[in-house]
Amino acid sequence: MYNLIGAGLIVIGAGIGLGQIGGKAMEGIARQPEATGKIQTAMIIIAALLEGLAFGALFLGK
Amino acid sequence: MIILTMKGVQQSFKFLALLVLVLFSGSIYANTSNENEGQVDTKKEVEDYILHHIQDSHDFSLFSYTNDEGERKHVGFPLPIVIWTSQGLVSFISSEFHHNDDGHVIVEKNGLKFAKIHGKIYELEANASSVNFDEEHHAVNAHKVLDFSITKSVVGVLLVGILMFFAFTSLAKQYKKKAIPTGFGRVLEPLVLYVRDEIARPNIGEKHYRKFTGYLLTVFFFIWVLNLLGLTPMGFNVTGQLAVTACLAIFTLIIYTVSGNKDYWTHILWMPGVPVLIRPVLAIIELAGALLIKPFSLLVRLFANISAGHIVVMSLIAIMFTLKESLGVAGATGLSLVLSFFITLIEVLVAFLQAYIFTMLSALFIGMAVAEHEHDHNTSGH
Amino acid sequence: MDKLLNDFSPGLFVVQTILLLLLILLLVKFAWKPILNSLNERESGIADALKSAEKAKLEMQNLQADNQKLLQEARMERESMLKEARDIKVKMIEDAKGEAQDQANKIIEQAQAAIESEKKAAIAELKTQVANLSIEIAEKVTREALSSNDKQLKLVESLLGETKFN
Repeated sequence: MYNLIGAGLIVIGAGIGLGQIGGKAMEGIARQPEATGKIQTAMIIIAALLEGLAFGALFLGK
Repeated sequence: MIILTMKGVQQSFKFLALLVLVLFSGSIYANTSNENEGQVDTKKEVEDYILHHIQDSHDFSLFSYTNDEGERKHVGFPLPIVIWTSQGLVSFISSEFHHNDDGHVIVEKNGLKFAKIHGKIYELEANASSVNFDEEHHAVNAHKVLDFSITKSVVGVLLVGILMFFAFTSLAKQYKKKAIPTGFGRVLEPLVLYVRDEIARPNIGEKHYRKFTGYLLTVFFFIWVLNLLGLTPMGFNVTGQLAVTACLAIFTLIIYTVSGNKDYWTHILWMPGVPVLIRPVLAIIELAGALLIKPFSLLVRLFANISAGHIVVMSLIAIMFTLKESLGVAGATGLSLVLSFFITLIEVLVAFLQAYIFTMLSALFIGMAVAEHEHDHNTSGH
Repeated sequence: MDKLLNDFSPGLFVVQTILLLLLILLLVKFAWKPILNSLNERESGIADALKSAEKAKLEMQNLQADNQKLLQEARMERESMLKEARDIKVKMIEDAKGEAQDQANKIIEQAQAAIESEKKAAIAELKTQVANLSIEIAEKVTREALSSNDKQLKLVESLLGETKFN
C-alpha cells in the first residue's frame, strides 16, 4: 500500500519534471527554431537522467 | 544461422530481414494466442505469467497447448544447462526438468540433485530427496548455484552477436570494392554515421572520439537489435535482464574510469576552486556519482524501460482474458488488439530511444572523463 | 528491491560479460575499424575533391583576372600606339609643312637672287648696248653732223642736253 503511494509520488514528481523539461524545450525551440537539434538532444539527455532517477526510486521502493 | 551463413551473406540478410518482418507482423497474434503455459484466465494467473515471461528461461518454448488427453504439450527446444556446483561444473539438457518450474522434478547428475524453482536452478542438500519450502515459499534445504547455462537470453545475445558480426563485416568488405555500399549495407551505413556523427563526435570531442566509437557502435546496435528482438513473439527479454544491463553499464563504467585523465580525477577527488574543507565531502559525492549513480542509472533505465514495455504489452494483450466477461469475447479481443498494436508501435520507438540514450549517456560520460579543460582553475573558481 | 536482486543472475552476468567483450573485440577488429577507416577515407576524399575544385575555381578566377589585365594592357598599348601615330602624323605634317615652307622660301630667295643677278646682268648688258647704241648713234650722227662744224657742235650740245644718265 505504502509502496503504491510512494510510486504515485515518484510518478507525480517525474511527471512535473518531464513537463518542465518538455515545456521549456518547446519554448526554446519556438524562440530559436534553428537550435532545434541541440535543444532536443539536451532535452532527451535530461529527460533520461530524470527517468533514471525515477526508475531508481521506483525499483528501490518495489 | 549456420545454414544461413553457408549461403551468400547478401542472401542471408534478405532472408533475415524478411524473417524479422514476418515475426513483427505476427507479434500480436502469436503473443495472444500461443505463448501460454497452461490456461491463463484470471488476473493472478496473468500476472504470474507476465512475471514468468520477463524472467530468463532455460528452454526456448515457442508455444504450448493442451491435447485431448489433458496433457500439456510444449513446442520449442531445450537449451543446455551449465552450472557450477559444489562439485565443479555440471551440465545437462534442460528438457530433463520437463518444463517443471516449481521444484517438483528432481534431476540427478554426478550424485547431486537439482531442482528448478522460478527459473533458478537449486542444488539440493546431500540428504534431501525433495525440496521443502517455508511459508514464504523459500526453499529451505536447497541453495542456488552459479548458473552459466545457455539460457534464452544467452541464445538471444549469441543470435544478435552473430547477426551483427555478419552484417557489419559484410559492410566492411563492401567498402573494399566500392565507395558506396549497396543492398543492406545502404541501410547500415547511415546508422553507423549517425552513431559516429550524432553521438560519439559531439559528446566525446573531435580529438578522442575515434578510440571509443567502436564500443559505442557495438553497444548501440547490440541494445537496439535486442530491444527489437524483444518485441518479436519469440519472447526474448534480453535487455530486460538486470544481469545484461548491469554488464553493459559496467563496461561503460570501466571505460570511462580507465580513460579518465588527470583533470577528471582532480575534479572528482580534489575539486579545485572550492574551500578545502568542502573538498572531501565533494569527493565522496563525486565518487559516488561516478562509480555508482551513473552506471546504476544506466542499467536501471534500460532494464526498467524494456521490462515495463514488456509488462505493458502483455497486460494489454491480457485484456482479452480479463475483460472477456464484461466486454464479450469480440469486444475484449478487439480492444486488446487495438491497444496492444499501438503500444507495440510505441515500443518500437522506445527500443530505438533506449539504445540511443544508453549510447548517448555512455558517450557523455566518456566525454566528461577525457575532456581537456584549458582554463586555469585558480582564477575561474567553480 | 529484494525481488530484483533475486532475479539478478550472476551466471548470466558472467556469460554476458564474456560474450559482449568478445563481440566488441571482434566487431572492432573486423567491422568498425575497416568501416570507419573507409568512411574517413571517403570523407577526406570528398573534402579533397571539394578543396581542389575550390582551388581550380580560384585559379580560373586568377586566370580570368590575368586575361582581363592582359586585355587591359593590350588596349592601353593600342591606345598609346594610336596616340603616338597620331602625334607622328601631326608632327610629320608639321615638319613637311615647315620644310616645304623653307624650300619655298629658299626657292623664292634663289629666284629673287637670280632675278636680281639677271636684272643686274640685263642692266649691265643694257648699259653696254646703250653704250654701243650711243656710240653707233654717235658715230652716225657724228658722220652726218660732222659734215659741218656747226652742226656738229649743235648736235653735240643738244645731245648732251637731252641725255640723262640713269
